[in-house]
Amino acid sequence: MVATAEVQHEELAAPAIHPLREFWFYFSENKGAVVGLFTVIAIVVMALSAHVLAPYSPIEQYRDHLLLPPAWQEGGSWAFFLGTDATGRDILSRIIHGSRYSLLVGLIVSTLSLSTGIAIGLIAASFRGVLEAVIMRMMDVILAIPSLLLALVIVAILGPSLENAMVAIAVVYLPHFVRLTRASAILELSKDYVTASRVAGAGRIRLMVVTVLPNCLGPLIVQATLGFSSAILDAAALGFLGMGAQPPTPEWGSMLADAREFILRAWWVVTFPGLAILIAVLAFNLMGDGLRDALDPKLRRS
Amino acid sequence: MVRFLLNRLLMLVPTFMGVTLASFAFIRLIPGDPVELLVGERGIDPARHAQLLHDLGFDRPLWEQYLGFLGNVLSGDLGKSIVTKQPVLDEFLTLFPATIELSVCALIIALVIGLPAGIVAGVRRGSAFDHSVMTVSLTGYSMPIFWSGLMLIILFSGILQWTPVSGRISALFWVEPVTGFMLIDSLLSDEKGSFASAASHLVLPSIVLATIPLAVIARQTRSAMLEVLSEDYVRTARAKGLSPFRVIGLHALRNALIPVVTVIGLQVGVLLAGAILTETIFSWPGVGKWLVDSIFRRDYPSVQSGLLLIASMVMLVNLFVDLLYGLINPRIRHAR
Repeated sequence: MVATAEVQHEELAAPAIHPLREFWFYFSENKGAVVGLFTVIAIVVMALSAHVLAPYSPIEQYRDHLLLPPAWQEGGSWAFFLGTDATGRDILSRIIHGSRYSLLVGLIVSTLSLSTGIAIGLIAASFRGVLEAVIMRMMDVILAIPSLLLALVIVAILGPSLENAMVAIAVVYLPHFVRLTRASAILELSKDYVTASRVAGAGRIRLMVVTVLPNCLGPLIVQATLGFSSAILDAAALGFLGMGAQPPTPEWGSMLADAREFILRAWWVVTFPGLAILIAVLAFNLMGDGLRDALDPKLRRS
Repeated sequence: MVRFLLNRLLMLVPTFMGVTLASFAFIRLIPGDPVELLVGERGIDPARHAQLLHDLGFDRPLWEQYLGFLGNVLSGDLGKSIVTKQPVLDEFLTLFPATIELSVCALIIALVIGLPAGIVAGVRRGSAFDHSVMTVSLTGYSMPIFWSGLMLIILFSGILQWTPVSGRISALFWVEPVTGFMLIDSLLSDEKGSFASAASHLVLPSIVLATIPLAVIARQTRSAMLEVLSEDYVRTARAKGLSPFRVIGLHALRNALIPVVTVIGLQVGVLLAGAILTETIFSWPGVGKWLVDSIFRRDYPSVQSGLLLIASMVMLVNLFVDLLYGLINPRIRHAR
């Protein structure tokens, strides 16, 4: 007790460091994370101003310019910097517009699986016993089926579209959030402050949502960022298999699906959309790694 | 050990029941009724429709249907494909060796490169080698493999013309399927050059499929190594004057590999999911491609049973890894 008192005293004496500033201090130590963050910002800017940045409409077909190579290659034109695809659409414009779909997928899937996962996890932690067992076995079932396969089957049931692909991916990611929430909520429930809150007369909902939940959020946020990048990747894979975004949507994965038959004739139709996926996913993963290190006090102290 | 085994087996039962229930439910959630799927677009009069529904048993209460389905599954009857009219299990078993061959090769590549890379990166923490391993593995982890596969085809099959684009073996050879594994069968056959052909067909798909497991294994081995190297007993071993090779190889590695075994086991699901993409790109005749084709052909009995078989496989591998974990780590076994 004496030690904690001293520590508190010291903290009071030192000029208060804003938590955000402290977070940035640890986050910026990881160079990769900073590169990732700036790339993510660039992608967000690209998505928000796609209609200004993109030289052409992403679905306009220029019938006189089919399969035009990129500008620097022989036969290419500066009018179509990254070339055109088999129906004469500008690849650069399609990639710029595609960033909107990828960000949207990441955002919606993370939000959906995070919020549903928290709700189900809290219910499992709050009502132990049969309900908990049923929930956790259901999560085991989802985990037993390889992620992409389950997503494919769910999309097959719902019908192929980008919206249904997002729902399917969110379902596939659900168990991670449920397990994380349940485990940390059970841990928190055994602590004194929760008992105090309970004694003070907090109801079940108030106890779980207001008292327990804020203390479980750290790892959940990290998981959500990492889920963001996996969601972009999985949605692109579904699009590639024809079970995600439908033509002529300029989604990166479905762009690759359209390009498959031309791989040996027109390398640029295949290369650039894939590169866009790789850069976006890598950026989010780098950022997620940095976020985890900065939010995890155990790693920080060492 | 026997109790440990029984315990784990018992825990599998509810999950297995859940998977059967899920795959039972999937086929009933699909829009349209099974008879219309069976007869296709020809159309059918209502009396015949009702008769067929009755013959197939779809007019019985749901719980009765489920029990019937469960009974069939447990006795090994997984139904027939709507498209080929063949038993699903037979189709699955014909194609499965191709997937196993591909996955095993991918896993070998991932282990042979990933383990040493992770160990050295962990031992030389902060070195240029460590940074490159971390960068490369994060890139591999972020890789859309359906794209990297296409890029490899452009490079090696298109520009360099080193490897074939698709399939398991050149059409010039006919190899008697003995084991179902093309590499072994081609060695057993008399055809000259068939092994080289099979191997050259296998190279690109295995590299593509190995990408993500390789990245995961390298990263996990590195972090497990880092954790172990900071333990007291490693310092003691060093203080005793043991050679660095002995300290790392004998003391550190043994304990570092325990969590890595679990991670390797988890890669089986990743490999099976990756096989769906890899087999589609390289026209590899395995279960992944078969499942995707079945989904597109609306061949729901195949999808349903394929799902059940693959999920059971994943569960069994997880069980095996759990047991292995208990075997190499006595602390787990005795705690139970």
